[in-house]
Amino acid sequence: MASNDAPVARPRPLSPHIGIYRWQWTMALSILHRLTGIALVIGTVAFGWWIIAAAAGGEHYATSQWFWGTWLGRIMLFGWTLCLFYHLCNGIRHLIWDAGGALALGPAKATGILALLAAVLLTVVAWVIAYGLL
Amino acid sequence: MTDFRTPMGRVRGLGAAKEGVEHWWAQRLTAIALIPLTLWFVVGVVTHVGAPHAAALAWLGQPWNAGLMILFIVAAFHHGQLGMQAVIEDYVHKEWLKLTLIVGIRYAAIVLGLAAILAQLWIVFGRAAPVAGG
Repeated sequence: MASNDAPVARPRPLSPHIGIYRWQWTMALSILHRLTGIALVIGTVAFGWWIIAAAAGGEHYATSQWFWGTWLGRIMLFGWTLCLFYHLCNGIRHLIWDAGGALALGPAKATGILALLAAVLLTVVAWVIAYGLL
Repeated sequence: MTDFRTPMGRVRGLGAAKEGVEHWWAQRLTAIALIPLTLWFVVGVVTHVGAPHAAALAWLGQPWNAGLMILFIVAAFHHGQLGMQAVIEDYVHKEWLKLTLIVGIRYAAIVLGLAAILAQLWIVFGRAAPVAGG
């Protein structure tokens, strides 16, 4: 006989994870909100480096400017611009939800696509202006 | 009316602690503040991208810009820390690692945020003189 008389616990049912769910706009945009948020935290560290370099003197600032002028630097800045505008637009969508609005399936999807399009548009506008001033 | 309190809570005669929504509120308040601050920040960065050191110092040296920049730094670092905490609480389940990450990120946000504020103060009080060739 088995010495252990404790009842064997049945494995509890788990809620389906992203490997099971069918991909939907609201779900993908929600994940994107978190990913862009994490990217922006890294961007905040880069911003910290930039402003400290500006305060530290011309040589430090020149090093920082050189890096942001490289292709890698520009791609990073472009990515952060896109992340920033998406997180901003989708964040406003979250605040509307918090106030109790646009929670139905249709508006939830429509405002999400709107946030995405607005983010792309604002990013393009920002970079066109930035390059126009160079 | 349904009583949602736990048996222990009912026995002790305790209600809600009324502090459970502190994180949620702080996240929303910093989010709302960051809507105008981020737009100001992007306009400022876009119009100074690739600018020489003296031009960046002139921009950050304006009292209005200095004030808005400090508000931006406080709101952005606080919001980023709160967001990272939410992500870590959702996905990191090893208690020691969860605690280490949350506390570590909070300390890092305070240190880097303070460094960025000091850099901004250094500039607005004219201590960051551009070096020749900067």
